[in-house]
Amino acid sequence: MKKEQSVSAIKEGTVIDHIPSNAALKVVDILDLRGIRSIISVATNLTSRTMGKKGIIKIGGKNLTKEEVDKIALIAPDATVNIIKNYDVKEKIKVAIPTTINKIIKCSNPNCITNNEKSMATKFYVIRKRPLKVRCHYCERNMDKEDISLL
Amino acid sequence: MNFEKQDIISIHDFSKQELLFILKTAKLMEKKLNPNLLKDKILATLFFEPSTRTRLSFMSAMEQLGGKLMGFATAKMTSIKKGETLWDTIKMVEAYADVIVIRHPLEGSARLAAEASSKPIINAGDGANQHPTQTMLDLYTIQKVKGKLDNLHIGLLGDLKYGRTVHSLVTALSHFNPIFYFIAPQALQMPQTYLDELKEKKIKFFTASNLLKVSKKLDILYVTRIQKERFADPVEYEKYKGVYKLDTSLLPNIKKDLKIMHPLPRVNEIDPSLDATDHAVYFEQAANGIPVRKALLALVLGKV
Ligand SMILES: [Zn+2]
Repeated sequence: MKKEQSVSAIKEGTVIDHIPSNAALKVVDILDLRGIRSIISVATNLTSRTMGKKGIIKIGGKNLTKEEVDKIALIAPDATVNIIKNYDVKEKIKVAIPTTINKIIKCSNPNCITNNEKSMATKFYVIRKRPLKVRCHYCERNMDKEDISLL
Repeated sequence: MNFEKQDIISIHDFSKQELLFILKTAKLMEKKLNPNLLKDKILATLFFEPSTRTRLSFMSAMEQLGGKLMGFATAKMTSIKKGETLWDTIKMVEAYADVIVIRHPLEGSARLAAEASSKPIINAGDGANQHPTQTMLDLYTIQKVKGKLDNLHIGLLGDLKYGRTVHSLVTALSHFNPIFYFIAPQALQMPQTYLDELKEKKIKFFTASNLLKVSKKLDILYVTRIQKERFADPVEYEKYKGVYKLDTSLLPNIKKDLKIMHPLPRVNEIDPSLDATDHAVYFEQAANGIPVRKALLALVLGKV
C-alpha cells in the first residue's frame, strides 16, 4: 500500500481505485456514501502511472452489491474494486459495463412509459461500450453517454 | 414456426423468415374464409388514444374469424382516470380476454403490457415508437403488387424525420436487399442514426429533395403526411406542408409499373386524379390490413 500513502489504509471494507479524478465525487454520490456512518476517505488528483491523475475512495466496513459495481462502471469504466480483509486485498474486481443495465439509469425520453408508470424499473441494452451507447428496452430509443443520467 | 402466445410488439423482434411466414399466413387468410376459426375467443381492444381505422380493422378481422369483441375506445374509463397503472389495467383485462390489442400514447407501453399479460399482446401503436401491424401490411402490399420483396427500388417521400411508419418500414425492408431513395426537404430528412444503420448493413440509399430527380428509378413510392403536430413553429409547417403534392403531371416521369402507397389518411399529398390510375394502391393497402391482422390474431391464438 506504499504508493497510496496519502490516504490511510483500512482494515475491513472496499477500496475503489483508478477512478478518473473528476468522477470521484460523483461515485460518492451514486453510492450514496454521504449518509453512511463508517470511515470514508476520498482522494482526488493522485498521480497515476496509467491515468495521469486518478481518484481513490476507501469505505470502511462496506461491501458493494453488483448493482453498485455496475453503477461505478458507467462513470468510471477503468475502476478496480478491492475487497479488503484485515488490511489485505482479498479480492480485486475490474468493473465492467454489463450487456444490460437494469434499474440504475433513467430514460432520456420524457414520453417513455418508464418515466410515466408508477415505480417502474428501467432496462437498457448496451449497444456500444466506449463511448457508452444504450437502447431502452421499452421505447427503443438510443441514448449516448451525454444523455445518460443515473437514477 | 409457432407464434402461439407470442406478442407482436416491435418490427425489430422479427426475423426475415418470421416476417415471410406471417405474410404467407395472411395470403391464406385472404384466399379462404374461416368464419369459425376463432369461435369463442375474445379480443379486447384497449385504445388509450383514438385511432378509428386501426381499431375497426382489428375488430373486423376478429369478427370475420368468428371471434368476440370487448374494449374501450378512449382513456376515459374511470379507473384509468383515477391513475391506475397500465400494469394493473392489463392485469384486469387479461382475465377477460384471450388476446389484447393496445394503442397508447406513451412509447414502450406495449412492451410493458406484454410483460404484465399472460395473454398475447398486439401493439397497435405506442406513441412515436412502433406500429408493427402497419409495417406488416405495408410489406404484404408490396409483395402483392410487385410479386416480390427482394431487390426493389423504394422511394419514401414526406416527413422522414418523425415518421414512425417510414422508420419501421425501412427496418423491415432492410431484410430484402432494397435500394432506398429518401425524398424530403432537408429539415425532414431521414435521421442520421438510420442512415448509419443502413451503411452498416451495406444497403444502398440516396437522399434527394426533388422527387423528379429520382422518380424514374422507383418501383414503389411510399408517400407520408407531413404532420402539423410535429412542428413547434406553425410557420415552419406552412413552409413544408405543400412541398410534395403528387398529381398526374408526375406520370411522364415514372415507370409504368410504379406503385404509389400511403398509410392514409391523406391530406393533400396525393391528388385524387391519381386514384383511378394503375399506380394507386393505397386503398388496396388499407384493405390489406384485414388479412394481415386476421393472420396475426390466428397465429398468436395458436389456430394456424
Ligand atoms: Zn425509454
